[in-house]
Amino acid sequence: MTGPVTQPRTNYDEFVKGIWRENPVFVQVLGMCPTLAVTNTAINALAMGSATMVVLIASCGIVSLLRKVIPGPVRISTYVVIIATFTSVVDLVLQAVAPAVHKELGAFIALIVVNCMILGRQEAFASKVSPLPALADAAGMGIGFTIALLCLGTIREVLGSGSLFGFGLFGPDFEPWVVMVLPPGGFLVLGLVLLGFNLGKRARDAGKGAA
Amino acid sequence: MSPLDLAPTSEPGAARLVATLTAAGVLSGVLLTSAYLLTLPTIEHNRAEALRAAVFQVVPGTVAMHKLVLRGETFGLADGTEPASTTAVYATYDGAGRFLGYAIPGAGPGFADTIALLYGYDPVRQCVVGMQVLESKETPGLGDKIFKDARFAAEFGSLAVQPTIVVVKNGTGSKPNEVDGITGATISSKAVVKILNAANAALLSKLPSPDQVPQAPRAEVGK
Repeated sequence: MTGPVTQPRTNYDEFVKGIWRENPVFVQVLGMCPTLAVTNTAINALAMGSATMVVLIASCGIVSLLRKVIPGPVRISTYVVIIATFTSVVDLVLQAVAPAVHKELGAFIALIVVNCMILGRQEAFASKVSPLPALADAAGMGIGFTIALLCLGTIREVLGSGSLFGFGLFGPDFEPWVVMVLPPGGFLVLGLVLLGFNLGKRARDAGKGAA
Repeated sequence: MSPLDLAPTSEPGAARLVATLTAAGVLSGVLLTSAYLLTLPTIEHNRAEALRAAVFQVVPGTVAMHKLVLRGETFGLADGTEPASTTAVYATYDGAGRFLGYAIPGAGPGFADTIALLYGYDPVRQCVVGMQVLESKETPGLGDKIFKDARFAAEFGSLAVQPTIVVVKNGTGSKPNEVDGITGATISSKAVVKILNAANAALLSKLPSPDQVPQAPRAEVGK
């Protein structure tokens, strides 16, 4: 983006970048608390990713609409109030609509407030652009975050519990690799996935350099 | 970006800052209150359903139940006017209207946050006949075995309450009042048993004896 002539970025660009090229987990390495804590099963990962996405889209929309009203010195506190409000609303709705999922995710829903990925999007993007690109960016980042969580959750559930979305895969003789559903398994799998992601990126860049 | 852009054109006054934060707080409060009020009936309904489903689980054979509430030192039929915090137990009956036992709620500190559970008690045999965890935030993979491990749940299928229930190392339980703990989740296993013992000590002597239990609700039995 350093050249004098750059293509104007479309809403579609803003949407797509978060899913893969600037994936919040695999590339920006943000929001590690939920990434490590609630990816022990695929369904938990999916629920956490979706809940985070709802909060992200709603708060990015509001912050973008109010970007000229909120004075600079108190912007961060205002963003946190906005994010916290939507998090509590999601918490209540989940309790009412899906009590089983809420029981599983427990305290982690409330911790969406301190997901630095969400505050990061407000400060770095939503507060500087009009609502449409802000919403596109939030939806892309939210989907990217959900995909990353689901990826970790799938690996950990298959290896650690021998099931996927709660359905047994390997029959009764499978001895679960318990460490995978425990916190150390989260670090292990995340490390290996990041390694794979970066090796792939390096190979692609090398290919581009040669061509 | 030139240095000129960095200099603020005018610093917003303190009044504007206070007004912004106040407005944010008020709007947030309005939104939260409405969300709370809108979801409250569904959430309470879900809780009641979960509790009701658990009553059928912890006393095997249950077809009908009465809610009994503690008034002073004795339990009486609930009439729906009690505050939600009143101590309550559930008297359960089979299809023929015969009294089976009590489902008793209990709660106490676990390894992480409060564990809330419901257990079935047969006053004739003086036995715990079933136990179900209603709410817990125990460690996934270890402490959550208190409700995910069928072996541990089965320990509460027929468990003497006299003198008290004790947790022993997995595989060594032989007496009727002994529970085999969960390997790797000692604190959670002990917490569950502690909750049961505390509820037993507080409530068992106050429960109506089997011949003084109210008649089964007529509408639901004898069909």
